Amino acid sequence: MAGTALAGIGATEFSKNSGRSELQLAAEAVFAALDDAGLAPSDVDGLVTYTQDSNQEIALAREVGIGDLTYFSRVHYGGGAACGTVAHAAMAVTTGAAEVVVCYRAFNERSGRRFGQPDAGLGGEPSSMGLEMSWHVPYGLMTPAAWVAMFAQRYMHEYGVKSEDFGRVAVAMRRHAASNPAAWFYERPITLADHQASKWIVEPLHLLDCCQESDGAVALVVTSADRARDLRCTPALISAAAQGAGAGQMMMTSYYRDDMTGLAEMGVVGRKLWEISGLRPSDMQAAILYDHFTPFVLTQLEELGFCARGEAKDFIRDGGIEIDGHLPVNPHGGQLGEAYIHGMNGIAEGVRQIRGTSVNQVADLENILVTAGTGVPTSGLILTRG
Amino acid sequence: MTDLHDLAAKVIAEGEGPRLPTPSPVDRTTIRHWTEAMGDTNPRYQGPDAIAPPAMIQVWSMDGLNGRKRTRAPLDDLLDALDAAGYTGVVATNCEHIYHRPLVPGEELTSATRTTDMTGLKKTALGDGYFVTWQVTWYAQDEPVAEMIFRLLKFRPREERSPSEGRKPYPLRPAVNRDTEFFWEGARSGELRIQKCGDCGELRHPPGPVCPSCRSVKRTYAVAAGTGVVYSYVVHHNPPVPGRETPFVVAVVELPEGVRIVGNVVDCAPAEVEIGMPVRVTFREMDDELTLPLWTPGES
Repeated sequence: MAGTALAGIGATEFSKNSGRSELQLAAEAVFAALDDAGLAPSDVDGLVTYTQDSNQEIALAREVGIGDLTYFSRVHYGGGAACGTVAHAAMAVTTGAAEVVVCYRAFNERSGRRFGQPDAGLGGEPSSMGLEMSWHVPYGLMTPAAWVAMFAQRYMHEYGVKSEDFGRVAVAMRRHAASNPAAWFYERPITLADHQASKWIVEPLHLLDCCQESDGAVALVVTSADRARDLRCTPALISAAAQGAGAGQMMMTSYYRDDMTGLAEMGVVGRKLWEISGLRPSDMQAAILYDHFTPFVLTQLEELGFCARGEAKDFIRDGGIEIDGHLPVNPHGGQLGEAYIHGMNGIAEGVRQIRGTSVNQVADLENILVTAGTGVPTSGLILTRG
Repeated sequence: MTDLHDLAAKVIAEGEGPRLPTPSPVDRTTIRHWTEAMGDTNPRYQGPDAIAPPAMIQVWSMDGLNGRKRTRAPLDDLLDALDAAGYTGVVATNCEHIYHRPLVPGEELTSATRTTDMTGLKKTALGDGYFVTWQVTWYAQDEPVAEMIFRLLKFRPREERSPSEGRKPYPLRPAVNRDTEFFWEGARSGELRIQKCGDCGELRHPPGPVCPSCRSVKRTYAVAAGTGVVYSYVVHHNPPVPGRETPFVVAVVELPEGVRIVGNVVDCAPAEVEIGMPVRVTFREMDDELTLPLWTPGES
């Protein structure tokens, strides 16, 4: 990926009811990202999105006025696709398959199909996916919160982790979001007591352990570092981009591995990121960690090597993930505080941190790590100041 | 059931049956009883110039409490045949009246029945059955004074079932294919089946078509002892789940055979479930087709 960069970021507002179609949201985000980069739709020759996105690349190209496309691709596995879209785009630019690739994700996840609601059809078809779901759905284990809660319970048992340890993640994210005007929870911080008092979703997870449901879209522009340097904004160099799935991998229910307290797939991503970039955890001044549910923020800190197994609770208790902490995590407020745009809004924050334009800017930042959805095959990025 | 439709076609083709005299003429006493019973105080039905309430029309030709049949009509053959074929249930579904003119006391009426339609076999909430429609016409001399179109469903009553059977379909169904059907068949027969490689003997759950250890596609299964230990669990509260009452417990259960399996822990309060708790398998029929292996507290 060396030699590629993120040259533009764009987003719609983040809401609970956008009042417009997902295709319109996608188009608006792409216009914003191209404007940010100082590029025109006619400059774009590649598009990458998630398999779950309802907007076809060609439909978006028609709306935005993109002409010929020489590269289009979709990345699978829900929110695990987020950084994978950038990985695909960077590979396309590196190989010459395309020069300017736009990555996008757009949905009405609150006003339209809500991922947190049970879908009795999950085990419907005997595809490998349907069969995998069928070992769990008949027992009512069929929501993302429930799938994560099963890991969290074992993790708590093995390492003496308490609900309050998860709660500290939620409190930190809401504190960060409180000073971010783009965040849904702008100026609405919570306390640990609020977290503990919030209703059970799936024990051991409270409501405030779960990220928001949001409507919105984010788009990113990937091109060569050389071209990015001639564009409007400071480029965020892609020092590494990686995807990862682990042995015994399933979609959210990898309960049959020897160890249920880790995220093997994030370990794969981490090792690849360090290998590609030649950097180490201590080279990161901040991280964007996918926070759909609080427990997996702890697990990621451990899998990525920021602390040892079982020690994330202490790292967080000591203020490690605060803006002025050892490793500031999600300065924008994450998906718990800013919005749930399937991880894409986190990548945009990573770019702002590199540019030095974040509302919660981390001082003297050279490198930032960004991760994608956890519990599923996932992906990650290391962005570096150019 | 072609013979039923043949009989229906024959009965319909016979057209209107004989005009049968009503048991008694239109009379003031019966009008008074009917209006009192119905609470109908319309003055038009009282006094020396009273007319009969039009809605009474069927009263004049009813057979009475003894149920005596004056003459069999072709329709009776059809209804008897439906009974004989097992469609013994009956429920009236439609009744339309047409009144051509008011009737006055003293009028002598006849009535005649014509079968007009039979449709079926239909699946209904009551059971499978046939809809039979007929038309009755009442005459004063040769003048038609009223008509009735009547439809009923003759249905086969559902068999009585024990409380565990006949439930509505459980909504959370597994997808099943040739690689996994042995498991669900096992559950139906009260066996917790774990896939076992026919060559190297390795146990595996969830199952799949190829042994990951030796590439063998020779699959067999072992029947698990049915004991296990809770390895992890959750208590689901929100949002509501179709087919489930909240809160409910789902656990990852570790079996002594060396594999893990997911299932509900039942027959104990959610607060009593903990990691390390011994459990024993139980098989629960969720509906007429699906049986799930679930877990109850077991001996330590």
